[in-house]
Amino acid sequence: MAPREMTATLPAVRISRRSFVAGSAAGLFIMSLPRIAVARPSLDEALVGFSGGKPINDGRVKLDIPPLLENGNAVSVTVDVESPMTISDHVRRIAIFNEHNPQADVIVFNLGPRTGRARVATRIRLATSQTVVAIAELTDGTFWSSRASVIVTLAACIEE
Amino acid sequence: MAARALIHVPKTAKKGEVIELRAMISHRMETGQRQGVNGEAIPRDIINRLTCTYEGVEVFSAELFPAVSANPFVSFYTVAVQSGVIVFTWIDDAGAKQVATAEITVS
Amino acid sequence: MRSAGLGAALLCVLIGTARAAEIPAAQRQSGSAFMSEATRAMQADDTSNPGMLSVLEGSALWNAPAGKAAKSCASCHGEATASMRGVAASYPAYDERTASPIDLAGRINACRQEHQGLEPFRRESAELLALTAFVGNQSRGLPILPPNDPRLAPHLALGKEIFDRRRGQLDLSCASCHNDNWSGRLGGSPITQAHPTGYPLYRLEWQALGSLQRRVRNCMVGVRAKPFEYGAQELIAVEIYLNQRAAGMNLETPAVRP
Ligand code: HEC
Ligand code: HEC
Repeated sequence: MAPREMTATLPAVRISRRSFVAGSAAGLFIMSLPRIAVARPSLDEALVGFSGGKPINDGRVKLDIPPLLENGNAVSVTVDVESPMTISDHVRRIAIFNEHNPQADVIVFNLGPRTGRARVATRIRLATSQTVVAIAELTDGTFWSSRASVIVTLAACIEE
Repeated sequence: MAARALIHVPKTAKKGEVIELRAMISHRMETGQRQGVNGEAIPRDIINRLTCTYEGVEVFSAELFPAVSANPFVSFYTVAVQSGVIVFTWIDDAGAKQVATAEITVS
Repeated sequence: MRSAGLGAALLCVLIGTARAAEIPAAQRQSGSAFMSEATRAMQADDTSNPGMLSVLEGSALWNAPAGKAAKSCASCHGEATASMRGVAASYPAYDERTASPIDLAGRINACRQEHQGLEPFRRESAELLALTAFVGNQSRGLPILPPNDPRLAPHLALGKEIFDRRRGQLDLSCASCHNDNWSGRLGGSPITQAHPTGYPLYRLEWQALGSLQRRVRNCMVGVRAKPFEYGAQELIAVEIYLNQRAAGMNLETPAVRP
């Protein structure tokens, strides 16, 4: 389902929110109109950049993000990584990357044995419907990741 | 207007207990991707780093990018090792620091 | 034109389903009931509710000496937890001096002018929102209790009249959406019943705190009508009507909305 075509279930019509507010606020909506179309690395390039080219495994990482978002300006994300978080065996870093924002990076968390539990949460901006990835680097040098696709609906009734 | 920060640190904990810490600071996190009403570029201005020290030892840090929401919120965990001060420090693009501290009693 | 076509389609639908009935008291629900789990969680916890940053700012302003006499709000009103508890639940109220209704933000500005000798804060400025949120937060959990003042009656009637009147290129009234189609969705957003329980509130769309007047103006722009000016008597009349319509519902300032 395309983001701008989200249903409007006022009985029997489909109204895209964009046509409801026809272009108002377009210039101000965050990241929806990048000023300069800078070339950004693809999602996979960003991930490879983070792992330094090491293979990235599926698993161990749980990425919790609502599949259908009410607003892309503040999306609650939680990442949980299976790890004993001991001195010799813990998660070093957790990062979040996106597919379609102007920049691939979202946030990098630096953890250590004193973290106790490899669970972090934050709120992020998603310009449009896309894939989001959480990736973790462990002390043994392995990388693990998990991905989720999200649909962003935009708010109705905004200002000019 | 001065920045305001809200942090959550439990007042007390048992030694060895894993506790959740939360930190939120007022900041518009200007992405550098927007235009003002007259089409002029609004320069990027974000908090790009958050660190947390526990009795002087860094136990956590994060690097933030423009895709972190306005009024950035971060939650993470730490092991309650001793009574003392937990300090959160946010650094913005201009290098300015904002600090919030809380005390914890560990028994 | 795409928009005109849409307007016609929407209009037909809404005429077709128009019940023009008010929402029975037992069916009233705060906007928060329509939100996702994540947004509700954001509102529920004070260290994750971004609106609380403004409340904190408001608390600092409350205690800051200002004006020639260097008086703070606290110099006269003391601890807000006691002096301001329940105040927001009964605004807008009737203002003797101007012989017209005044909303909470206007009341705060009146103190700033008369008692601190300062220029009023601009409507929708971060400072005025912060003080209003701080005062509003003192009533969190208390039921809305509109003042029982006959002098407000004509303004209440005006507010209802505005709420029920069709307007804008889409020719819709507030009631078309908020009384007749509140369980529906528009462009992915739940329409909701438009209760003013959480203001000023943090709207994710705004990435900031905003007033009930800003929210109502957004809806007016949504139907492509010219919004009333901030502070206009018409907007205050709408506030009065929304409060009457939500009488008895609990305040949640500062709420979070998408
Ligand atoms: C010099 C004393 C003084 C100062 C300073 C002052 N006020 Fe007031 N305030 C009053 C008085 C007296 C009243 C009630 C009588 C009146 O003026 O109508 C009042 C009324 C109010 C009310 C309405 C209360 C109600 O029950 O309806 C609010 C809200 C309020 N003040 C907020 C503020 C805020 C916020 C500030 C700081 C920006 C402030 N006041 C500064 C004296 C003061
Ligand atoms: C075409 C439908 C439509 C019309 C007409 C409309 N609104 Fe809304 N209104 C919405 C939608 C949709 C939302 C909430 C969704 C969102 O956040 O965008 C909303 C939200 C609100 C809210 C926020 C409630 C809360 O929980 O904070 C208020 C208050 C409100 N409207 C008042 C009004 C008033 C007053 C009018 C008339 C001037 C009006 N609306 C006209 C669709 C409409």
